[in-house]
Amino acid sequence: MLYREAGDFKTSYAADGQTFPIAFDRRRYQAVLVLAFGVVPFLVNDYWANAVLVPFLIYAIAAIGLNILTGYCGQVSLGTGGFMAVGAYACYKLMTAFPEVSVLLHILLAGTVTALVGMLFGIPSLRIKGFYLAVATLAAQFFLVWLFNKVPWFYNHSASGQISAPERSVLGLAVTGAATAPWAKYLVCLAFAVGLAWIARNLTRGSLGRQWMAIRDMDIAAEIIGVNPLRAKLTAFAISSFYVGVAGALMFAVYLGAVEVGEAFGVNKAFLVLFMIIIGGLGSIFGSFAGAAFLVLLPVLLKNLLVDGLGWSTALAAHVELMIVGALIVFFLVVEPHGLAQLWRLAKEKLRLWPFPH
Amino acid sequence: MPDQILFALEVTLNGLMAGVLYSLVALGFVLIFKASGIFNFAQGVMALFAALTLVGFQTGQVPFAHLVNVLFGTHVEHFGWTMPTLAAIAATMAVMVVMALLVERLVLKGLINQAPIILFMATIGLAYFLEGFGDIMWGADIKRLEVGLPQGLSETIDAATFAWFGYGFFIDRLDIVAALVAAALVVSLTLFSQYTRHGRALRAVADDHQAALSVGISLRAIWVLVWSIAGFVALVAGVMWGTKLGVQFSLSLIALKALPVLMLGGFTSIPGAIIGGLIVGVGEKLFEFAVGPLVGGATENWFAYMLALVFLLFRPQGLFGERIIERV
Amino acid sequence: MTGGGEARPAAEDRRIGPAILEMRNITLRFGGVTAIHDISFDVREGEIRAIIGPNGAGKSSMLNVISGFYRPQEGEVWFRGERRRRLRPYEVARQGIARTFQNIALFQGMSVLDNIMTGRLNLMGASILAQALWWGRAEREEVAHRGKVERIIDFLEIQHVRKTPVGRLPYGLKKRVELARALAAEPRILLLDEPMAGMNVEEKEDMCRFILDANDEFGTTIVLIEHDMGVVMDLSDRVVVMDYGRKIADGPPETVRTDRAVIDAYLGVAHG
Repeated sequence: MLYREAGDFKTSYAADGQTFPIAFDRRRYQAVLVLAFGVVPFLVNDYWANAVLVPFLIYAIAAIGLNILTGYCGQVSLGTGGFMAVGAYACYKLMTAFPEVSVLLHILLAGTVTALVGMLFGIPSLRIKGFYLAVATLAAQFFLVWLFNKVPWFYNHSASGQISAPERSVLGLAVTGAATAPWAKYLVCLAFAVGLAWIARNLTRGSLGRQWMAIRDMDIAAEIIGVNPLRAKLTAFAISSFYVGVAGALMFAVYLGAVEVGEAFGVNKAFLVLFMIIIGGLGSIFGSFAGAAFLVLLPVLLKNLLVDGLGWSTALAAHVELMIVGALIVFFLVVEPHGLAQLWRLAKEKLRLWPFPH
Repeated sequence: MPDQILFALEVTLNGLMAGVLYSLVALGFVLIFKASGIFNFAQGVMALFAALTLVGFQTGQVPFAHLVNVLFGTHVEHFGWTMPTLAAIAATMAVMVVMALLVERLVLKGLINQAPIILFMATIGLAYFLEGFGDIMWGADIKRLEVGLPQGLSETIDAATFAWFGYGFFIDRLDIVAALVAAALVVSLTLFSQYTRHGRALRAVADDHQAALSVGISLRAIWVLVWSIAGFVALVAGVMWGTKLGVQFSLSLIALKALPVLMLGGFTSIPGAIIGGLIVGVGEKLFEFAVGPLVGGATENWFAYMLALVFLLFRPQGLFGERIIERV
Repeated sequence: MTGGGEARPAAEDRRIGPAILEMRNITLRFGGVTAIHDISFDVREGEIRAIIGPNGAGKSSMLNVISGFYRPQEGEVWFRGERRRRLRPYEVARQGIARTFQNIALFQGMSVLDNIMTGRLNLMGASILAQALWWGRAEREEVAHRGKVERIIDFLEIQHVRKTPVGRLPYGLKKRVELARALAAEPRILLLDEPMAGMNVEEKEDMCRFILDANDEFGTTIVLIEHDMGVVMDLSDRVVVMDYGRKIADGPPETVRTDRAVIDAYLGVAHG
């Protein structure tokens, strides 16, 4: 009886509507949080922070963002890379223009700027649907990357065309720039990821979330029963882009430190985040984390196994990775469209009855 | 005539030629979309894969050489022979048919009745897989593709235009061949779908899956057929692009360029694919010619998408697409 | 058809008020096809109004005009004594017109509870910020509306499936959930597009009971399209009969039943 819900009765609608209705889930979730905030920072070294944990958390934020738009509201976007770039460049411009303001505020403002840009590119969604819209978001992707490449104002006329994060600190502790400790990077990203995940959960279980899902499941019927499609879609674009923008800002300022736009935020990034939510689970916050973890860990694992273990060339390992990712996408869409999150739910269903399934 | 207009005219002509090449990729999309309602994102990678395979057969490369070498410690690269071009094309076509069979068996069969957007995402996965697979099979280095197509400046046109305008136009002979091939392809596809039994079955399926099933057409056989034809179109596109630019990863990006072409032309119209391609080709060349120098160039990266986006706002079904009447 | 079982009280005994909705000279064309040709009728507050007619008569199109999904080329819609300007469908819904659909249009990816909660979205007003933080009004509102929805769930006897994804429900229950979603909006007018299509006798009886109860208990005005003549005659106060996009009769069931044109339309007399 590892997992039980017997005797866990609800006496109010508030208790029934909470995020983790089963007490066991609640306790495990609290344990994970304590571990993540209280224990991991003391253990984390440079390799783990930079190769696994920090990219995982940043991609998780981007994946939640895209999941709000695609998984909840049903609007497929291939512009994630471009919107991450908006977050990164907005953050850079703010950091260099107002050095005395806290970088955390800059990151949030960068998200807000991205939300506005996202809304702008979301306007066509009112007339264009399905993969027409997906292709239209490619316009955002290519145009934005081109813009940041070609207009020197965005990179402060630096000779290399790159942007690099100046050193900034929070409470006297460096969080951006070369001197940042791995655990500080990790903690900043963790705080953003947890806070934003909590907000995403709230939004998706309330009235706005139901409007998004209604648009996703049947847009015409949704409008006839009273969902304002303009408002639902634009809020989804705005909030989704906010998340993606924050992820872009964190990726630039905290994780990479210096960025060349085509390389860091190209169309491949858009596909990568899309794959994360397909593999993790469309329409699931937990799935966003699971998918991000999976696709961050996969190359690390393959590198350890194939390159370091078997002595393959990195190019060959990269090609194998492409094949595996592609095959997994098809596999999940064919076998389990709700991704890892659904597999996890099924496992829980089984555990609930274990060891007496009958 | 003033020089600027002559330049613009030359740019337009080159744009038309580039547009033909976009149309070739878009054509493959339209075929699959019409027959199965699937927006096949992998079409561009299929072109890349076909070109890689063709070069591989021609030059007698050992498939999976890198993998074999690293697994068994051998050092194989080449069989030591080369294959005549026609035989290599036939062999490549056979590979594309096998691929069509596998796609039907492993992907499409499991996704019957899924939402179009799910199918779309599945083909993105297919594109990734095929790209990795092609790289492992034939290696990721840039290859030269030589199938005996003429290339370089067309002296006839140069001389003729020089005689008329006093300014010789630069038109690549390969582009002219591509235009002819595209025309031949469209004509033969039309003839095939109008006058053969399989062609009629294909149109029946495109029109209504259920009705086609009920008169005894095998949906799955049709899908294999149509993916094979799309494979053939991909091979043609791969040969053209491969000869022009060399066989390399960036070929798969032309697939992305074919998307706005489709949005302009409508997903279900073969003439639409051709005209959409021409519009995109001319549009992006002229835009780069006129506006590019003012904004730092490289506008070709996004012009086609923006054009399609703006266009769709006013006509969501594309130039030739059928008007969508929404019902509840 | 037995309908609710007991005889309906006569119209005068219930609180049937003045006309709440008036359709005036509505004409709707799709290209060259005229789906609705110059039709006028009204709906009185508190009554059950039926629209009947053979397939393709334009009944569903008429419902779509009322809910703002189709815009008629000619004619006016008057709602609560005012001429309605051109509204988007969600604005019509906001004014208090809810509906169900001929081919069930539930949100497949959501649970029964969430589907019904969507019906109340225009009664909820917490800001996005409050929803994001799940604080103050957002949380109170969610709980309060959940209570209201639970009453509708009780009323329609679907307690046992409230957390089930609607995709897994059998057809009859789906129809009921759709009715629940429409009722949850507390509409002034409820439009029902063939609420009993494809049901067996038992399910039809249940559905009749729910419709009558909704009308009696909540005083909801109901406009319904139905094929089953028995059901229509039992349920409705007044009936509009349509054929080929034209109105051929209008009145209480007993007069309509004996109308020459109606009998011709149903038994099939050559048009010409």
